[in-house]
Amino acid sequence: MIFGLSEHDIISIGLTAIRTLVILLGSVLVAAMMIWVERRLLGLWQDRYGPNRVGPFGLLQVVADMIKIFFKEDWIPPFADKAVFVVAPAIIMLTSMLAFAVIPFTPTWTVVNLNVGILFLLAMSSLGVYSVIFAGWASDNKYALLGAMRTAAQMISYEVFMGLSLLGVVLLAGSFNLGVIVESQRGMWNVIPQFPAFVIFFLAGCAEIHRAPFDLPEAEQELTSGYHTEYSGMKFGMFFVGEYLGIVLISCLVTTLFFGGWLGPWLPGFVWFALKAGFFMCFFILLRAATVRPRYDQLMAFGWKVLLPIAIINVAITGAIVVAQS
Amino acid sequence: MLDTVDIQRQLSERFGQDTLHPQITADGLPTFWVPRDRILEVLGFLRQNSAPAYRMLYDLTAIDERAREHRPNQPISDFTVVYHLLSLFPVAEIRLKVALLEDDLSAPTATGIWPNANWYEREVWDMFGVTFNGHPNLRRILMPPTWKGHPLRKDHSARATEFEPLHLDPKRQDIEEDALQFKPEDWGMERESGDTEFMFLNMGPNHPSVHGVFRIVLQLDGEEIRGAVPDIGYHHRGAEKMAERQSWHTYIPYTDRVDYLGGVMNELPYVMNLEKVLGIEVPERVKVARVMLCEFFRITSHLMFLGTYVQDIGFMSPIFWMFSDRQKAYDVIEAITGFRMHPAFFRIGGLSLDLPNGWDRKVKEFIDWFRPRLNEYERMIVPNGLVIERSRHIGAYSQDEAIDWGITGAGLRATGVNFDLRKARPYSGYENFEFDVPLGHNGDCMDRLTVRIEEMRQSTNIIEQCMQNMPEGPYKSDHPLTTPPVKERTMHDIETLIAHFLTVSWGPVIPAMESSTMIEGTKGLNSYYSISDKHTMSYRTRIRTPSFAHLQQIPLISQGGLVADLVAIIGSIDFVMADVDR
Repeated sequence: MIFGLSEHDIISIGLTAIRTLVILLGSVLVAAMMIWVERRLLGLWQDRYGPNRVGPFGLLQVVADMIKIFFKEDWIPPFADKAVFVVAPAIIMLTSMLAFAVIPFTPTWTVVNLNVGILFLLAMSSLGVYSVIFAGWASDNKYALLGAMRTAAQMISYEVFMGLSLLGVVLLAGSFNLGVIVESQRGMWNVIPQFPAFVIFFLAGCAEIHRAPFDLPEAEQELTSGYHTEYSGMKFGMFFVGEYLGIVLISCLVTTLFFGGWLGPWLPGFVWFALKAGFFMCFFILLRAATVRPRYDQLMAFGWKVLLPIAIINVAITGAIVVAQS
Repeated sequence: MLDTVDIQRQLSERFGQDTLHPQITADGLPTFWVPRDRILEVLGFLRQNSAPAYRMLYDLTAIDERAREHRPNQPISDFTVVYHLLSLFPVAEIRLKVALLEDDLSAPTATGIWPNANWYEREVWDMFGVTFNGHPNLRRILMPPTWKGHPLRKDHSARATEFEPLHLDPKRQDIEEDALQFKPEDWGMERESGDTEFMFLNMGPNHPSVHGVFRIVLQLDGEEIRGAVPDIGYHHRGAEKMAERQSWHTYIPYTDRVDYLGGVMNELPYVMNLEKVLGIEVPERVKVARVMLCEFFRITSHLMFLGTYVQDIGFMSPIFWMFSDRQKAYDVIEAITGFRMHPAFFRIGGLSLDLPNGWDRKVKEFIDWFRPRLNEYERMIVPNGLVIERSRHIGAYSQDEAIDWGITGAGLRATGVNFDLRKARPYSGYENFEFDVPLGHNGDCMDRLTVRIEEMRQSTNIIEQCMQNMPEGPYKSDHPLTTPPVKERTMHDIETLIAHFLTVSWGPVIPAMESSTMIEGTKGLNSYYSISDKHTMSYRTRIRTPSFAHLQQIPLISQGGLVADLVAIIGSIDFVMADVDR
């Protein structure tokens, strides 16, 4: 007995700590690898090679880039609000990584098995907005400010539909717990009864992590780099990895909520999970290669005039069916 | 010429016999000297009431006449302001000149008659120091605000070595930077209105979507554009000044780089202009080969437009596909000319080389490759809902606005004006080709996009016709001033040897003349106005480029849009900064 903990407790704490570390490192590693995957896939679709020189298949390009970015001058513009400028990129990393805590990769591999898992996720993604707004505000740069302004509007709006689209899934599973939601899909994946919700969630997720075509906050052609225009070195690196963490996160969520998570025949659960999530990660990249960016006001109009009614109708119908069945 | 007589009659009936002083020019264009105090009346009359009405201010420039020796039958003038007007239906041009003396270098502004006189007059002030009375904002346009002197004056040095060495020390850097600081008051802009405080956003000269070094300052209310001030001159290389110290022949490579996506298309008006003056009739083979190469460059330039335009609205992939198509086109161009983007292939009186063996196979390969690709792009881009959302009714202007602002090329045809110089007044044998002139009707970004896509298809058809009907024959005309001269007989008689030696070492001497030639370039109407003082070098070369006029219109058509719309508009105009600044 140490500090009132039994041997069993210590082992379980140790195991949780290891699991946490593995998931944390794993997700960051996958996010970093995504950079390579994205560049190679875009290259493939755009009739060019992409990075293919460093290491086998250019795999070590990411490592080289990371080393470069670590050794870059850590520069803060003299006109920036220093404290906020430094905190901003940390927030996006923190919230994205925290969100991974509730994702059930397999029945046993979850950091915390929260009863309000979905709410926790939504909370984390809401907090992520601060990162972008802080960055845009603290940079004291007009492009950054415009980017931040767009982000605030975009993320707050799309959060509404994201939350609403998940309600259907919650109603079907009868729980906010992600593990329970996966188990509830044994008979049929949620994507079938909840197809509109899936589409809305995917689009809203895209908007949340501001990936193309919803990359208005950092629209290169308009705002150079938007909210992170003034960032360089590792602080920029954190935004960059944060974006890819976002892709991984949303792909994991889509897998968990709509595609039965680890469920699948023959192969081990984790492989199924990885395959499904990997598919969506690639889909994000394809989306970037193949879509046009809507204008800011068009994006908002689409959200409020199209997605919102569909989401509400979906919740209403799902609710009615659930009530009728019980 | 009949139309000269006719317009002269109209003008003298209206303004009296002695107001006008006609001048005979080598290009046969009606050219009249008008006293300074009558010029606005004459311009106004020509725009509205004459037949034909010259609706477009095509060009406005000046000549420093102080060092010119051969000016037969021309009024005394130190500086001459030249107005070049254009009527589209029927195609007719007219040139008006105003003589100014050195102690009183001022003319009335034409901005009240044509809005696009604004930039042209600023340019003349910048380059020659001619003041335009009543101009709303007469300040430097191409040169830096801190520049001393007026570069196109004959007493201004042309070479960097004639200046003191430039040292960009921190002090000077600060001075230059301060000079570029944007002050809304200078442009008559409010900093706030009611309870709105405007944001002034500086875009460029280094910005991903300004296509080169173009700067535009936006007056924003939120993201809505209330006003815009374009600032050009960052790509100014003094192409017109350089013409005054290059031989007629060695200037050809410089023309390639004016519209740097246009390649040989830029050489065409320059060499055709000189051929017209010298009376050189180029062989049929030359004409067809020139047309073919020009159309290749129209395709590469339009592909660049298409790729960058859709990239500007957020579609990142097509530009890469179009770059591979452009490479295929450049492969053909390289096989024929020996160079890719700036071949300097046309010569006064012909081509630099004959077409190589098997050129037609390469051309056919390109056509076979490109046609399906173009169809695929069209299917992918034109019906795309988001492309339509971002382009339809964005940056629209009417036919009248287009003509008032000197818009030509695809930008003009997108409004539905059926004017393509290749059809309206064919040159270099365009009358022998079958092709359509695609038109739009809204004059918005979408129409500019679809018109250019169809133009590429038509260009492919023209190239195919060139390939099938390439005449046999020499690639250079047999004329003493063909450059470089034909060498066959040089070793046989001494006269030809001397002539050959002189034309190669000094370059040809062009007789004293004035002439301009217009073509339908990749971006719009492009023309060269050359003045020779019977020297081996040009006395004055004026390059009228379409992009200059197109850029001037941006503030008007971006008003009320969002920043994202401006990016689409800039992309849809399809300009090249080198073409704007020269």
